[in-house]
Amino acid sequence: MKVVLLSGSNVGSKTRTAMNYLHKIMNDKHSDVEITLVDLAEFEMVFSDGRNYLEYEGDTKFVLETIMAADAIIIGTPTFQASIPATLKNIFDLLPVNAFRDKVVSMLVTAGTAKHYLMVEQQLKPILAYMKAHIVPTYVFIEEKDFYRKEIVNDDVHFRMDRLAEDTVLLVNAYKSIQEMKDEEYGF
Amino acid sequence: MEKYRIDTTKGLEFGLYSIGDHLINPHTGSGISAEQRIQEIIEASKLAEEAGLDVFAVGESHQTHFTTQAHTVILGAIAQATKTIKIASSATVLSVSDPVRVYEDFATLDLISKGRAEIVAGRGSRIGAYSLLGYDVQDYEELFEEKLELLMRLNDEEKVTWEGQFRAPLENAMILPQPQNGHLPIWRAVGGPPASAIKAGYAGVPMMLTTLGGPAINFKVAVDAYREAAQRNGFDSTALPIATTSLFYTAETTQEALREYYPHLDTGMQALRGGGYPKQQFAQSTDYRDALMVGSPQQIIEKLLYQYELYGQQRFMAQIDFGGVPFDKIMKNIELIATEILPAIKKYTVGK
Repeated sequence: MKVVLLSGSNVGSKTRTAMNYLHKIMNDKHSDVEITLVDLAEFEMVFSDGRNYLEYEGDTKFVLETIMAADAIIIGTPTFQASIPATLKNIFDLLPVNAFRDKVVSMLVTAGTAKHYLMVEQQLKPILAYMKAHIVPTYVFIEEKDFYRKEIVNDDVHFRMDRLAEDTVLLVNAYKSIQEMKDEEYGF
Repeated sequence: MEKYRIDTTKGLEFGLYSIGDHLINPHTGSGISAEQRIQEIIEASKLAEEAGLDVFAVGESHQTHFTTQAHTVILGAIAQATKTIKIASSATVLSVSDPVRVYEDFATLDLISKGRAEIVAGRGSRIGAYSLLGYDVQDYEELFEEKLELLMRLNDEEKVTWEGQFRAPLENAMILPQPQNGHLPIWRAVGGPPASAIKAGYAGVPMMLTTLGGPAINFKVAVDAYREAAQRNGFDSTALPIATTSLFYTAETTQEALREYYPHLDTGMQALRGGGYPKQQFAQSTDYRDALMVGSPQQIIEKLLYQYELYGQQRFMAQIDFGGVPFDKIMKNIELIATEILPAIKKYTVGK
């Protein structure tokens, strides 16, 4: 099973800090999973011009191919202007419309305050649903006060991240076995 | 329709086309050489002619997984190897070529084939040709519109004076040689969304519409938009031919067709577009209302007649060699088309 941890911002530290935690959880508790952490702050991405994702070059091609090869993607996103950052939206624009078909996508959100707690429901989930993702319904919301000097100091967040990792892996396995059953029925 | 060499009293035209993809046969995991692939395309054109099919076409894509970049050269070999079947491109990526050169090539093909050559001009859904041949993909839209306009004028006028953005101006230019009757059928290749269909209609250019899969009714929008745009701009839309194209695979039974074809479609799509063909969607495609031409000959007949009712098109083009389908299966497909599908299609569409 291949899981990509996608850190969706090219600035700031909260999302990356949370993704590092998640990375460690995956390594410790799901060691059979092949994990790739993609932090968009570390790549030179071009804007989408509508071409097929295989036809981009350099970092853009690498990031897109890595995402497309995954069984699950755990997206980490900050909250900018009541929405996701442009860097993350650009990833969605670069990918094909059905990019998340047969993939599980789960989410982790960071924010200054709880003011935009429902941003994921209203903005991120509709995009993922359109792109055919199997969405893990619950997400982890982490705000400024849960951090202290690039550490997450709220135990509740740790527990919730544990569950997010577990639910993601569980759902990949569940969909896989359902698909195998169905494929047998098709007979082609 | 006569201008486009189409005799509607003979019923729906049926043709084959190849985009020259060069992929592994997923059943065996082995591939063939580019030489063999090209030879087999030429061989298939002879079989198509013997089977009584109306058209054989070859297209160009300038990137990995393809072999027919020099499609006009292959069409030259096909022109020489055949006697009666119409030969066309599927498509010529006009945006990255000089329209003068394209016209010279196809006029020559028309003379070699004694009046059987046609141009299908497109923009290319893959963009490999742009960087390879020195064009900026940012000009995608304008490159094509300008070049198609020039190509149409080369076809209609004896001496052309022209000026544009992407090519040196022409001053009373005569294009030689001229095609057999001074005129070539030129089609605009159109993808799914209606925007490009509207442009074709607006210019009064015949439309080659790709209907690669999904509900056939969805493509009706493009057909209607095409005719409406033509009519609005003063063309008689009933005098403009429409052709549709689809991936195609038939076998004696539906189950056999599905079993044999799925790996080709799935791995072919994976290689060219980076995403496989969902089994759920493939299972639905046996329904006569789905545009993907897969199934038993009887199912294909039902699909085609349903689409004929829907679109009223003059030609259908089948892509039977996608995703590394081996030559013995290509031969089998041609045989089933000739013996079962074509007679039924002609019977229901002749004289309509």
